[in-house]
Amino acid sequence: MSLVIVDTGCANLASVRYAFERLGVAPIISDDAQVIEAAQRIVLPGVGSAPFAMKNIHAKNLKPVLQALTQPVIGICLGMQLLFETLDEGGKKVAGLGLVKGSVSKLDTADLPAPHMGWNSLELVKEDPLLTGVQSGEFAYFVHSYAADLSEATLAQTEYGAPFSAIVRQNNVWGCQFHPERSSKTGAKILKNFLDIKL
Amino acid sequence: MLTRRIIPCLDVRDGRVVKGVQFRNHEDVGDILDLALRYRDEGADELVFYDITASVDDRTVSPDWVSRVSRALDIPFCVAGGIKTVEAAGARLAAGADKISINSPALIRPDLVNELSEAYGVQCIVVGIDSFADGETYRVKSHTGDPDKMRETGRLTVDWVKDVVSRGAGEIVLNCMNQDGVRKGYDIEQLKSVRAVCDVPLIASGGAGAVQHFEDVFKQAHVDGALAASVFHKSVIAIPDLKADLRGAGIEIRL
Repeated sequence: MSLVIVDTGCANLASVRYAFERLGVAPIISDDAQVIEAAQRIVLPGVGSAPFAMKNIHAKNLKPVLQALTQPVIGICLGMQLLFETLDEGGKKVAGLGLVKGSVSKLDTADLPAPHMGWNSLELVKEDPLLTGVQSGEFAYFVHSYAADLSEATLAQTEYGAPFSAIVRQNNVWGCQFHPERSSKTGAKILKNFLDIKL
Repeated sequence: MLTRRIIPCLDVRDGRVVKGVQFRNHEDVGDILDLALRYRDEGADELVFYDITASVDDRTVSPDWVSRVSRALDIPFCVAGGIKTVEAAGARLAAGADKISINSPALIRPDLVNELSEAYGVQCIVVGIDSFADGETYRVKSHTGDPDKMRETGRLTVDWVKDVVSRGAGEIVLNCMNQDGVRKGYDIEQLKSVRAVCDVPLIASGGAGAVQHFEDVFKQAHVDGALAASVFHKSVIAIPDLKADLRGAGIEIRL
């Protein structure tokens, strides 16, 4: 299994890489279009700010490359947010990759502390191969201030002040708002399912 | 529902996990990776590694053990100690730490908090605060890793909390030094006063000695997480029992 973690120039790539290594896959970290196109699996990781990440993706000329992929792609945390059409971060509206319909905006946490940080439960709303063996009520580790609204793409939702998309899918593209690489056995199941998906 | 976090803290010195009483008399309690995996298996929600001498001796945390821990762990962890620059923080995040925590360097140069949050996002920037009760008021101390180098900062704890949150701290770990290592319970009154001004996640530290202390701090001070060291290292409290009891007491807990 060849798997590329896209080097967006700002992310914590190591923990995602180690998580796949624990599953027996040796990821390649790359921003090279040909390497990305040739991989069987693509991971878009993410820590940091959306405008900064999209600027790097443009600078590396990766937007058309990522938009044209047909193999399974998964975005994690900020990487999930980049999949959407519009990103609103720090008051700035930025165009995302447009691979999943909808937009990302600041999570309305009401009176709760922000960012949303810690283990929260997943509520599954659609069946999907990514969720094989995962049940509603399992916990995942979240760290974020922005989130995608519920939509047709939502596979699982989580609530913190308001409900938001925890896992999404559109065509060959999946996204997790939480960090599967830090979500214990539940996270490992999801990453394993991603490796096993047949399109 | 978001669950309350149970966070074992591993004080690291010279690559080993140590623990002292009120920051003195450190004793060796084990290997970093052995303890990290033990706590992961027992159900810890997160781990914090404090290099307790780093800030004092001008050393930096070894990215070598950070990546060893990151390779093995599938729960989040935070690295603290000796991080004085954006580059030093970045090296630890690149090695696989999920969050970095700063304490004395932020007191010396508060702009560091702004620089870190702008570079890496508020979600991975934790500010640790060592707070000491001085009669009715709470004051911040720095360089607490070595009693001979400990300093008064002249800052009130609540003012410093508000300041660092406005600068981009994504989480506060409040270590109530009067309580540290003595296992008489968290400083509920102090944590309540900080909770009232802190709109980012707040972690209680210092004083855990019994299951009841955790229940009290979650129910009365409404903290997001509770950090403890000696009660876990010395097996005074077993994490699975603690978490089961807390859930039984009606607290949201990941089992």
